Amino acid sequence: MRRVYFDNNATTPVLPEVMAAMQPYFSERFGNASSIHRDGQSARAAVEHARESVAVLLRCKASEVVFTSGGTEADNLAIFGSVQAGDHVITSTIEHHAVWNSCRHLEAMGCGVTYVPVDGNGLVDPQDVRDALRPNTKLISIMLANNETGVLQQVAEIGRVGAEAGVCFHTDAVQAAGKIPIDVNEIGCDLLTISGHKIHAPQGEGALFVRKGRQLQAMLYGGRHERSRRAGTENVPGIVGLGKAVELATHGLKNGDTLKIAVLRDRIEKTLLEQIDGCGVNSGGVTRVCNTSNIYFDSVEGESLVIALDLKGLAVSSGAACSSGASEPSHVLTAMGLRSDRARASVRFSLGKQNTSDEVDFAISLVPKTVERLRELSPVYTKRAQLTT
Amino acid sequence: MSEARTIAVAMSGGVDSSTVAAMLCAEGHQVIGLTMQLWNQRRLSGHEGMPEAVQGRCCSIDDVYDARRVAETMGIPYYVVNHEERFEREVVRPFVQEYLSGRTPIPCSLCNNHLKFDELLTVARQIGAETLATGHYARVRYDEERGRWLLSRPADNSKDQTYFLFGLTQEQLSRTIFPLGDMTKPQVRERARHLGLASAEKPDSQEICFVPGGDYKKFLDAYLSEQGDALPDTAGELVTADGHVIGEHNGIHNFTVGQRKGLGVATGSPLYVIQIKGDARQVVVGDQTDLYSRTLRANRVNLISVASLDEPMRVTVKIRHRHAGDTATLSDAGDGQVLVAFDEPQRAITPGQAAVFYDGDVVVGGGWIV
Repeated sequence: MRRVYFDNNATTPVLPEVMAAMQPYFSERFGNASSIHRDGQSARAAVEHARESVAVLLRCKASEVVFTSGGTEADNLAIFGSVQAGDHVITSTIEHHAVWNSCRHLEAMGCGVTYVPVDGNGLVDPQDVRDALRPNTKLISIMLANNETGVLQQVAEIGRVGAEAGVCFHTDAVQAAGKIPIDVNEIGCDLLTISGHKIHAPQGEGALFVRKGRQLQAMLYGGRHERSRRAGTENVPGIVGLGKAVELATHGLKNGDTLKIAVLRDRIEKTLLEQIDGCGVNSGGVTRVCNTSNIYFDSVEGESLVIALDLKGLAVSSGAACSSGASEPSHVLTAMGLRSDRARASVRFSLGKQNTSDEVDFAISLVPKTVERLRELSPVYTKRAQLTT
Repeated sequence: MSEARTIAVAMSGGVDSSTVAAMLCAEGHQVIGLTMQLWNQRRLSGHEGMPEAVQGRCCSIDDVYDARRVAETMGIPYYVVNHEERFEREVVRPFVQEYLSGRTPIPCSLCNNHLKFDELLTVARQIGAETLATGHYARVRYDEERGRWLLSRPADNSKDQTYFLFGLTQEQLSRTIFPLGDMTKPQVRERARHLGLASAEKPDSQEICFVPGGDYKKFLDAYLSEQGDALPDTAGELVTADGHVIGEHNGIHNFTVGQRKGLGVATGSPLYVIQIKGDARQVVVGDQTDLYSRTLRANRVNLISVASLDEPMRVTVKIRHRHAGDTATLSDAGDGQVLVAFDEPQRAITPGQAAVFYDGDVVVGGGWIV
């Protein structure tokens, strides 16, 4: 059966160039980057080359890049490395679980946490962040692009709030990297997270930008890897893959890749809205990353729509996956003020640079009739139809 | 075997539903595995009397893992669907409410009526499967003569689950199959072994899936405290059938009709709970003989083998799952209620339980004892 993958915010396929770049580092150049000998030196060179590549993407210095096992670890390092019991932290109600649950744990540790709200489009008001500041505020953590809606926060404004107050500012840029140009100085952040597998590197590799001079308490005890900020032998093939993916992303940003993705995304959105009643785009009114479209289909259970589409060959997603693999209502959409039934009726389409116009046609041919079928059998929809006739 | 169809199988991770999925695959059907996520087993952990994590029960990660593994082995699509919200609304809350009103509820029937054969069947149809198969021990068939779908007892009488299925409508029955209805449990295990299913030796689950260890009182405490209610005070008087107050009790939800232990009153002859008066918060006690009565009323009746009760009907009635059933006359009492008049007095007819009526092996229908 034909498979079309529109769930690139969950993960992306590793690009062939990335595979090729990683390949020698499994068996040929297998050295430990900390070793003195030539085998180790070869691995070290590859790691540092990748670090340079990340620094180019983020417009920072290579020495400010710390490799981690992924976005979650980078977020945890940023948060727990910056805060102690008794401190105060400001975050938002729409953060990824990596930040959200870290902040919940901070509360259990005896920290104060303020979760600033978002408006109906999912935007944080920087003034709310300013108003939430306390004398003991040690960290602001607000994401750059939201994973479910793609909404871009006004991080430069928030960065200014942090700078003026002398408070460290962390931003989770996992869903923004490769989709918009990132400049850590324009944002004014002290810490910034990226993840490899969202930009066509393998799963299990990420990086944290740590501004020069920023003290960070390491979370893992071990060797002095990553300038004593992250102990553990470097995942050399993973880091090489991340480096290559970052180079391709940097190139793509200059090359109009994101524009091509935006054209495909906009066509899906426009066509589905034309062809299907009772649907709309969540956060449609504000600036979003190029690839994400979160659409509600009233009277449809998003989970059932995802399953029905999957059985026909289209991969999309709804809500957040809970430990059993079922989906939970999205805390992001709920925080935006969506009614719970509309939050549950929402499905995310997220595209990647491997997707084609033909695949968009496939989705467009599939989604309207599937939604119609689901509504035919929906007790809620039938009632409504009867009421209006 | 009939022609190949797309069939959704409700998979719990246990041996019965795993075997159903494997059997239908072997018969050449397109099978889709579905597991309902109904209750977060860790939700009440930390509350007094609740275990930290519950293993090996419905909705536990272990069971989903088992179901997923079976699906993977067979190469069938498999999904977990989240119905926690509806389960809490339609099953857990009524369960709590019934106990607090002095009745003894059966959540499994509510779950079958509102979740498995309603929401899950809808999901199955929405994703392209017109038929839902489950691992229940029961039989369903269409009777041309009566023009009705009939539910009847399975081959393995010791596993008979028809008591919990009396609420199924004709529409639901028409879209449901019970492939284990003609098999005995040992045969199912043998089949599972033969099919190489990892769940072949998994022990049967017996207790209510969301009540860890079967202690419903602790569950009520934990749930109400999570909801921010203290347990409502349902303490009151212990009275005899003729109204004499002989003591006090600590809450009507701690009692069930027929119960002997824990009354906290010492008398010469053993005392039994014979009635719970929810409104007056009274627990009525008496001796063994007071427990027996000959009639019951049931409401919210669902009829299966007949469209209506036009005249009194001779049936066998079960008043609890483990009841052998006894002969009675069933008649319409108006307002969606029926009257059951047993030939012999029955011990401990318990409000909140179901009364299910049989004509031989065929389920006539059932209702809730008032």
